[in-house]
Amino acid sequence: MPHVSIKPEFVFFIKNFGITNSVLTSSIIVLLLLIVGLIFSQQTSQGKKSTFSFFIRFIIEKLYTTFKPILESKTDALFPVLASLFFFILLSNWFGLLPGVGSVTIKAPERLSIEKPIEESIEEPKEKEKIHRVPLLRGSTADLNTTLVLALIAFGLIQFYGFKELGIKYLGKFINFSNPISFYTGILELISEFSKILSFAFRLFGNIFAGEVLLAVIAFLIPVLASFPFLVLEVFVGFVQAVVFSMLTAVFISSAIAKHH
Amino acid sequence: MDADAAKLLATALAIGLGALGPGIGIGIIGGKAMEALGRNPEAESSVRTGMILAIAFAEAIAIYALVVSLILKFT
Repeated sequence: MPHVSIKPEFVFFIKNFGITNSVLTSSIIVLLLLIVGLIFSQQTSQGKKSTFSFFIRFIIEKLYTTFKPILESKTDALFPVLASLFFFILLSNWFGLLPGVGSVTIKAPERLSIEKPIEESIEEPKEKEKIHRVPLLRGSTADLNTTLVLALIAFGLIQFYGFKELGIKYLGKFINFSNPISFYTGILELISEFSKILSFAFRLFGNIFAGEVLLAVIAFLIPVLASFPFLVLEVFVGFVQAVVFSMLTAVFISSAIAKHH
Repeated sequence: MDADAAKLLATALAIGLGALGPGIGIGIIGGKAMEALGRNPEAESSVRTGMILAIAFAEAIAIYALVVSLILKFT
């Protein structure tokens, strides 16, 4: 069986602060998005008409028309953050499928901590002779930390817009003393509100990580060509998960800002 | 039964049983969406959006089972 690690591994240390391989990938993606955005804004401000700027404009327009029926009048205010969530997730899903990501390894760094001597004494001497190698890059959404952060951002957005639109009345959805039944459903609403974080994080992580494990296992079983259809499937899954994440955020925001009845 | 065998069995059972419910659910969602499309072909885009969202909700349950079995298998 190929080696599969469910948690990201440290690539290098700045003082004692570990940088994992998924953090490295996320930084690359953010830089990439920044560069594309800068080029696009420069070209549109100069009024240049190139294939690149038309392509970006086409994608953004498609995305805008998808969000329009859900958010209606709030689309303009929310579109930037939802679109950046979409693009970040899409790119990090697809980044994990590139050849070399996960297969290029480097030597594991030495950790400069106090626990080290204790660990060494427990380890068998045979294990120490083998050099431990870790992958340099890892698809950043195949890491529960990244998806949890994205889920917390989405959750924060939902609550922020709920309070912004409805004011203190937003709390009335959760804490309601008018009658016993609405008090009970309010508690259920509260639980379901917090389970959104878990649901967001696990859905994205599970899909992408399972995809990577699937590809590794298929490539291990049949080395030649067999993993190609699964690669195409993973490209599709990555796209669908990016759409689902941003769309669900939009749907939850629009239900949070809806007037209570 | 030793610990390793129990772990393997638990991995297989977690994903196997966990995939049952979502499988049925996604089947029903897809079937209903086709039915709605047959009745009202103009509403294709809104039916598709709703269908994908509902499938994502149903699929999330299977993913929980998958995460549990992956954790059992690889840690």
